[in-house]
Amino acid sequence: MDKRVKDLERAVAPVIDGASLMIGGFGSSGIPFGLIDALLEQGASGLTVISNNAGAGETGIAKLLKAGRVAKVICSYPRTPGSIWFEKRFEAGEVNLEVVPQGTLAERIRCAGAGLGGFLTPTAYGTQLAEGKETRVIDGRGYVFEQPLPADFALIRAERGDNWGNLSFHATARNFNPVMAMAAKHTIAEVRELSNDPLDPESVVTPGIFVKSVTEFEVRL
Amino acid sequence: MSVMTMNALDDAQLAARVAQDIPDGSYVNLGIGKPTYVSAHVPKGREVIFHSENGMLGVGPTPEPGTEDLELIDASKRYVTAAPGAAFFEHSDSFAMMRGGHIDIAVLGAYQVAENGDLANWATLDETYPPAVGGAMDLVVGVPTIFVMMRHVNRDGSPKLLKSCSFPLTGLGVVSRVYTDLAVLDVTPEGFRLVELTDGCSLEEVQAMTEACILT
Repeated sequence: MDKRVKDLERAVAPVIDGASLMIGGFGSSGIPFGLIDALLEQGASGLTVISNNAGAGETGIAKLLKAGRVAKVICSYPRTPGSIWFEKRFEAGEVNLEVVPQGTLAERIRCAGAGLGGFLTPTAYGTQLAEGKETRVIDGRGYVFEQPLPADFALIRAERGDNWGNLSFHATARNFNPVMAMAAKHTIAEVRELSNDPLDPESVVTPGIFVKSVTEFEVRL
Repeated sequence: MSVMTMNALDDAQLAARVAQDIPDGSYVNLGIGKPTYVSAHVPKGREVIFHSENGMLGVGPTPEPGTEDLELIDASKRYVTAAPGAAFFEHSDSFAMMRGGHIDIAVLGAYQVAENGDLANWATLDETYPPAVGGAMDLVVGVPTIFVMMRHVNRDGSPKLLKSCSFPLTGLGVVSRVYTDLAVLDVTPEGFRLVELTDGCSLEEVQAMTEACILT
């Protein structure tokens, strides 16, 4: 099996207008900057972006927001130092925002990848973020029912990959990348190093079954 | 009366005070902002393992300039190092640790704390300002001991320790203890109970800056 794609342009070619798109990363770590830049060139718009943050400065998701490609952001923490493009689009009413507690975001994504119909979490019970959601009391404790969150595409970043799409990660660049790889119909991986040899099966964090294509993009950050 | 007239603790002193109450062998999550200062003040001889929500146990000190690993950051997005015994993991495992009761103590900042332990630290009433919850709601439901570390009052002098919160809640009845520049207070079924006053502060002065009643 060979899931390698020659370049970033070809890797992001399948992304269509109006797609839901998971983007890995937390802060500046583990973001697929190469794929995001290629997507900007590719031109897909009306995107729903699912990510922990909403970009900072003039890089990554901030570039997509600046270019007006994003219709909706689903994230836990849109407001970070330098998140000017998100704030600009949000204040102008040009982008919708769904704020999801970070653990609920990760678990909704995992549920989608694992074929589950949702889960009950104590997170947000009794707060504004649980309004309108089903709740249930189990052994005296309140829980909120949360639904799975799938996506059409995921853009993820890993440290090493092989022909089979197996991935391993570096430090805190792992974050949302493995769980997003599971949940999208079409997961596109950017790796710092594409290995000619198969990765050691013991070191594989994301098995290739979750990955549609893998492309090398060396630059860290 | 302003806080400046009293012997308020500065941020480092407050962090050191919180660190005194973290036992040897604890797994601890530090919220973004001022709580991150706590790790620098762990008393000698104690090993405390710091968890960072973005997928790390064993957060170590800030790296020497020039040795930063751009993909080794904490929840505040600061460059960090890995302490001996550290581990990396993905997000759903990280939040399983938080919600699943595996972390012993979390230290968080707050906009408001109510006398019943309600915490408000993720959104204000200003709707033009995008809210940002991050991992706070997951931490407060899963971590058995929640320490809040904050200024006793807002910049304009208005109280942050209230009878009930006016801002949207992060969690209901979740705060265990509050450390401010003026006092340490436990949240009890009866309300805030004084643990200690900062040297040079009187109960009368501190009560005047607190909306809720302080029990002694």
